[in-house]
Amino acid sequence: MTLATVARQVMWNRLISIVEEQAQALVRTAFSTSVREAGDLSAGAYNAKGEMLAQAVTGTPGHVNAMADAVAHFIRRIGRDNIHQGDVYITNDPWEGTGHLHDITVVTPSFHRGVLVGFFACTAHVVDIGGRGFGADANSVYEEGLYIPIMKLADRGSVDSTLIRIIRGNVREPDQLVGDVYALAACNEIGHRRLIDMMNEFDLSDLEGISEFILTNSRVATLARIAALPRAEAEGHMQIDGYDLPIDLCVKVSVLADRVICDWAGTSGLDKKGINVPLVYTKAYVCYALKCAIAPEIPNNAASLAPFEVVAPVNCILNAVHPAPVALRHVIGHMIPDTIYGALDKILPHVVPAEGAGSLCNFQVSLRPRMDAPAPMDAVRSEVLTFNSGGAGARPSLDGLNATAFPSGVMTMPVEATEQTGPVIIWRKELRPDSGGAGTYRGGLGQFMEVGARQGHEFDIQAMFDRVDHPARGRRGGGPGAPTRIAQDDGTAMKGKGKQFVAHGRRVLMAFPGGAGYGAVAGRDPAAVRRDLALGYISEAAARTIYGLSEEAIDEVLASARKGEIG
Amino acid sequence: MPTQPVRLGIDIGGTFTDVVLETGHVRHSVKVLTTPAAPEEAIVDGIHRVCAKARVPVAAVTQIIHGTTLATNALIERRGAKTALITTQGFRDVIEMRTESRFEQYDLNLVQPGPLLPRNRRYTVAERMDARGEVLIPLDRAEVVLLADVLRAAEYKSVAVGLLHSYVNDAHERMVGAVLHERLPGVMVSLSCDVSPQMREYERFNTTVANAYIKPLMKSYLGRLAGRLKAEGADCPVFLMHSGGGIIDLATAAELPVRLVESGPAGGAVFAADIAARHGLDRVLSFDMGGTTAKICLIKNQTPKTARVFEVARSYRFKKGSGMPISIPVIDMVEIGAGGGSLAHVDAMNQIRVGPESAGSEPGPACYGRGGLRPAVTDADLILGKLDAATFAGGSIPLDRSAAARALGDALGQKLSMTDLEAAWGLAEVVDENMANAARVHAVENGEDLGEYTMIAFGGAAPLHAARLCEKLGISRCLIPPGAGVGSAIGFLRAPFSFEANRSVFMKISRFAPDIVCEIFAELEDEATRFVRSCDATAFITAEFKVYMRYAGQGWEIPVALTPDMAKAADPATYLAQFEADYARLFGRVVGGMEAEITVWSVNATTTVPDVARVPAVPPHGAPKMAGQRELFDASTGQERLASVYERTSFVAGNHVDGPALITEDETTIILPPGRKVLILPDGCIAMTADGARA
Repeated sequence: MTLATVARQVMWNRLISIVEEQAQALVRTAFSTSVREAGDLSAGAYNAKGEMLAQAVTGTPGHVNAMADAVAHFIRRIGRDNIHQGDVYITNDPWEGTGHLHDITVVTPSFHRGVLVGFFACTAHVVDIGGRGFGADANSVYEEGLYIPIMKLADRGSVDSTLIRIIRGNVREPDQLVGDVYALAACNEIGHRRLIDMMNEFDLSDLEGISEFILTNSRVATLARIAALPRAEAEGHMQIDGYDLPIDLCVKVSVLADRVICDWAGTSGLDKKGINVPLVYTKAYVCYALKCAIAPEIPNNAASLAPFEVVAPVNCILNAVHPAPVALRHVIGHMIPDTIYGALDKILPHVVPAEGAGSLCNFQVSLRPRMDAPAPMDAVRSEVLTFNSGGAGARPSLDGLNATAFPSGVMTMPVEATEQTGPVIIWRKELRPDSGGAGTYRGGLGQFMEVGARQGHEFDIQAMFDRVDHPARGRRGGGPGAPTRIAQDDGTAMKGKGKQFVAHGRRVLMAFPGGAGYGAVAGRDPAAVRRDLALGYISEAAARTIYGLSEEAIDEVLASARKGEIG
Repeated sequence: MPTQPVRLGIDIGGTFTDVVLETGHVRHSVKVLTTPAAPEEAIVDGIHRVCAKARVPVAAVTQIIHGTTLATNALIERRGAKTALITTQGFRDVIEMRTESRFEQYDLNLVQPGPLLPRNRRYTVAERMDARGEVLIPLDRAEVVLLADVLRAAEYKSVAVGLLHSYVNDAHERMVGAVLHERLPGVMVSLSCDVSPQMREYERFNTTVANAYIKPLMKSYLGRLAGRLKAEGADCPVFLMHSGGGIIDLATAAELPVRLVESGPAGGAVFAADIAARHGLDRVLSFDMGGTTAKICLIKNQTPKTARVFEVARSYRFKKGSGMPISIPVIDMVEIGAGGGSLAHVDAMNQIRVGPESAGSEPGPACYGRGGLRPAVTDADLILGKLDAATFAGGSIPLDRSAAARALGDALGQKLSMTDLEAAWGLAEVVDENMANAARVHAVENGEDLGEYTMIAFGGAAPLHAARLCEKLGISRCLIPPGAGVGSAIGFLRAPFSFEANRSVFMKISRFAPDIVCEIFAELEDEATRFVRSCDATAFITAEFKVYMRYAGQGWEIPVALTPDMAKAADPATYLAQFEADYARLFGRVVGGMEAEITVWSVNATTTVPDVARVPAVPPHGAPKMAGQRELFDASTGQERLASVYERTSFVAGNHVDGPALITEDETTIILPPGRKVLILPDGCIAMTADGARA
């Protein structure tokens, strides 16, 4: 390390800080609750070749790793000769963006002293893109909404008003969507301004030197981590619900001297409905799962991601090609880490968690004035999307996190903010006792939710749930997490996936899955069992039958719990 | 003699309690060790000492302004009272489920900070308001009565009440509060509609719970303090500094103790704002760097920037999201783990990382020679020549240069093939860059360009790093005021009586209702003014009106300041024009075709601060006597240069010095790199400027 490298380290940190500013600008100007409340977005900076140099930690893994590839597609499609100062590019191509039409990716070239020096890209999940609405029911991508190929949103500073009109004419919440497109463009602009400030400060004419420094250091560090792993192969398998038929995810993880390969041969083929996963999104969650376990503190960039390779047969569900329907690619994609960890646990024991809820437990409601009887004057149509989480899997030495997203990085929306966006009523949102798998370390609890509509409205709910029939499985003797449940308050059964009608006055009751346990239940610290009982994480019955707590102990714990004490 | 008012500013910090006495133009200060078990003891000790120093009897003290970290520490250390939460049925776990996300995405062994109240101290009642404030399920008084019996049996000392949408309609919360007061006399009650009436249940409930949790402790402490002061003869009014940068009376502080959180740093910002006013500076970056953290705050038009939410007790390397949100009016600052004691190491990518782990005072940095083996920022500062081993802390702590070099070599140099000097440089550059990045992000979030700012640097470590920070941020001028070591306590004496009242009421510009607007503002003005009037019966009170606006559909608002006329003669076109101008400045352009809306209404009532006398300009004349010379490393060129050493006490107004130079004082050293120069101003401030810039 020489003195010049200190300056380079400073610039690397600066770039990471720049993309963070870029992401914050997006949160503060976005319209969709998925972006502004839940942070379903990402932001990154790239060199002139299109290699990703830095990503914002604000955001979610499915976007960012996928974005690592996206800019190269933009360069190829737009054409280097056609890239000008003041341009802004856009797409929602599931295969060249981040996996479904609901993610809008915007890329802005960055010019310094008249020369192209790099790019900024950002992605956000919007609430509506037209078509059937956000849900699993489409039979091809054509039904899933408006498709925007890679194209110019702005050409030398002038916005394509035809494109904006087409967008407005094709979606349910046009103001929101156009507002979000502007927010995406604005956030790249903020990144660009900061980059130019930095280049002036350090008197750089290009990003070659700093790119080389970032990518080399990241590559070397990542390869050192991989080299320290045992050279081995192991297989993982997980069966999940799918739409109509169960889906098998099969992976072989191979640790080589200089890379780790995940081969998905044997995985189920395409589903007829919109839960298929473009390869770019598969790669995102493969990289994420491996990085968490192997190299968590190395920042994401082209070099630190490159040694993690993905092989998946064409038109298996994890490598769906056009025109497969892919709107809910996250429901399957979020299950990738748990599948990989089944294999990785055999190579790297005592590192990875037990299986968890996996996919986010999202639903979208399309509310409208009731049609079975006269509706009140103030009844309205509205689209409301919510993100929610089940329990995470228990860790080798820690309980699983209650109602916390993993592997996704998004937040839930505040109920008060959600209810301000439309006539929806969330009647319940709280932890689900007894849903965490038993074990030496208990799985995280899932949650209960109940949703209805304000007087005078009826709605369709788009369910996007898995683990109804395939709950999270424990590791090393740990018990399974509780499965997903969904029904109406009058007992009417409902499906885990797909659009379903809910009549005026009815509510949907949901119980989201728990994470699985780690290690045999006999090994659990009795004090932890008593605490769980006192807090109501487990019921009296579970304390007795699963954890073997004596009657006296149960009485004692409950008596003190009633006084607000634990133990 | 004491016909003039004698005012005391008292700041209780983690290590020291600072007491500043001011009478007329004379100021004295003392530092005594904090007495955590009974903080009033240190205060009494400090008062006696400072009064002795000033030769005034304790009975002559006319006013005491107090700020304390007790509230913050009680939250960080979880030392609050046995507290219950009553919330809406179906929402028992809001404060535990947080945002349902992980603040560190790549850590498989992440541990979330636990809720302030465990689950079995959280109770629910059947009731529900909707987002418009209409009752969906009425609250049954009898249910609350039964619950009160349960709470009594469990011997709770304090109860927080947080019901959904109470920021729109508080009727149910008030009813719960009334029943509790009636059935549980002596138990303290905090309602979310009083503590923090704003949308977003997690933030509102958590703030209310935090208030309830520390209320018994703070109420008892404040009561004891008042009694003790009276007994010692200081029978004068006592006021508290609040996190928003103003002063409230003892009774209000005891009701809303959560508003005392971070009052010390707020005092620092007020201190900087006062210096800004004296020097006529409209754009100031306040930089307060101590032993463990650095605090950075924007001060525009001599008023510190305020916010409505901040995070306390970050549990994971100061990482955003790892603490708990408190939504109260607060001086908006960033605090990062960068201080003199921050420790360095080399990570997997062979990069130097500094902080937030700190060596503290025991064992302290390696150069203290008290057994510290890891290099801290102070060790790097010593090796770079910024500190003198013999005169550090007025000579009370002799520094061990070889121990510093050894720690730097072991932890950084050997791994990176660097000399000790290079390692020290790398360490200092990284911590300076960390602070610069925090300042930059903060500026961008506020749409500000730091290039036009003046820095005001205080706190023990700030003058050592201020010049480099200015270089990195493109700031050409920095003031280093006298008394920087007790800046917060001085700040307390500069703060106005103030109280900010907020209300969440959504209103689209198209449905702008002038009569409702006038009513909201009138109520808020009355509420805020009443608070301030109770502190000061005669002062002139001004009210500042503000709305928070956004495009309908956005989730984050921007503050839009209104004149009293605009607030009272309410006209939608004026509000819209003001919003669009502010929005365009922040984010580049307005969003066409979208409707704007108002979400939060705010009135800040404040006593007017007397106009301060502007510090006159002084022509440079003469240089002080040089006390010595030593090698000083210059970070921007990467070279050592011979620098002159001066003692601050030898300066008189008008003295000027060119860099490279060092100016030493008991509590710190001011580093003046090549290319910068200083001028001593008539009030004792040191103005450091880049060559070619105005002094």
